[in-house]
Amino acid sequence: MDAVFDNLDLFWSGFLRSLGICLWGMVGSLVLGTFIAACRVSPIPSLRWFGTSWVTLVRNCPLTVVLFFMAFGLPEIGINQSYYVFGVAALVIYTSAFVCEAIRSGINSVSAGQAEAARSIGLTFSQSLSQVVMPQAFRSIVPPLGSVIIAMFKNSAVVGAFGVGGDLWSVYKNLTSAQGYDGLPVITGVAVGYLCITLPAAAFLAYTERKVAIAR
Amino acid sequence: MTAQETAPVSAGRGEPLVVLSGVQKHFGQLHALKDIELTVTRGEVVVVIGPSGSGKSTLCRTINRLETIDEGTITLDGKDLPQEGKALAALRAEVGMVFQSFNLFAHKTILENVTLGPIKVRGMKKEAAEKKARELLERVGVGHQAEKYPAQLSGGQQQRVAIARALAMEPKVMLFDEPTSALDPEMIKEVLDVMVDLAQQGMTMIVVTHEMGFARTAADRVVFMADGAIVEENTPEEFFTNPSSDRAKDFLGKILKH
Repeated sequence: MDAVFDNLDLFWSGFLRSLGICLWGMVGSLVLGTFIAACRVSPIPSLRWFGTSWVTLVRNCPLTVVLFFMAFGLPEIGINQSYYVFGVAALVIYTSAFVCEAIRSGINSVSAGQAEAARSIGLTFSQSLSQVVMPQAFRSIVPPLGSVIIAMFKNSAVVGAFGVGGDLWSVYKNLTSAQGYDGLPVITGVAVGYLCITLPAAAFLAYTERKVAIAR
Repeated sequence: MTAQETAPVSAGRGEPLVVLSGVQKHFGQLHALKDIELTVTRGEVVVVIGPSGSGKSTLCRTINRLETIDEGTITLDGKDLPQEGKALAALRAEVGMVFQSFNLFAHKTILENVTLGPIKVRGMKKEAAEKKARELLERVGVGHQAEKYPAQLSGGQQQRVAIARALAMEPKVMLFDEPTSALDPEMIKEVLDVMVDLAQQGMTMIVVTHEMGFARTAADRVVFMADGAIVEENTPEEFFTNPSSDRAKDFLGKILKH
């Protein structure tokens, strides 16, 4: 295990880099996914069409294709960003489709009568969503949304493999290919690094689930 | 709001408030509303009855555009129903709706159910909205339940809260979509009493119901629907004792036998 303990600082900075990708990915995909979900349940047909197309297109493309599209496609039409920005953006776009569907399934779990009552007292669409539907949908949204977010944390390794640099995955490549360490201890260290991100996330998820369950 | 107590049973009272003209509605193959012509005047109480599937609930729901219509026009106080958007929300604030299944906001207390609209839509201050809400809850007889959640109340109490929630918006007209159909017999009376009160105070009401007692006591006019069309309109007395259409005779024969 010298490979790990000799390079703890490298692992630590890789961990922070990966954590950064995860957190940006989470915030971005939650915001974008919520917006797309609002489009999908909107009374305006063109917004619904946009939301449905987005989900259909993005959800059915492999993450690597989305990544390559961003990193190699966009520069050809003059959009240049760092790999880090492209990587996070691809992760956000890809995950937003799944976030949207988790939220939408929660919205569908709230009886239609609640939204009708909200509209019938004169609340606008966004008011009935924020005041009446979402607070009740939240309970059913938490479990599937948690799975989506944890899957996204793990997908951040794909973003790393594609060359963001400095993250846990590149630590592995650096130590094994460039510095010649054995693979097994290094990849074990990388796995521990990822678990340090996903296990607390899973624990937080379980806590939130209990909390919203009691609130009813 | 004056002289309503002594107003005679007549469809001509007041100016037109809700006007449906040439309204057509399809659900796929089903022709749910057929060329509906209906004018409800200010202060009038109209009871809509008919067999299930006759389109009476759909008719009720088109008036605040919970259902869209395919053809025809619906006006409220002389203005066409708007399309989606802020204008439609503003219109719905003017039209109170009471549902068969109450539809109280499950995550909010009784008081919050009644204050939500006034605060969010009318921009009332919280204190003022709560004061008014408590008055309304008192009026419908559930003042002492204000801090509870809907699930803690009986069906009859929930429905009375739903009426208070609608009244809090000071609507021009109240729509009741089978308000007592989901209630136990002993709870029906407490809801009907509130509705009769409301009618006597001059509220314009369109009530889809099977409660013949309510129709006789409070209605100015009975509209009988079958297969998506208005078959017959008359005063309650005339309608129940001397229906003119065979369809109405058949329907009344079935429901009055028991």
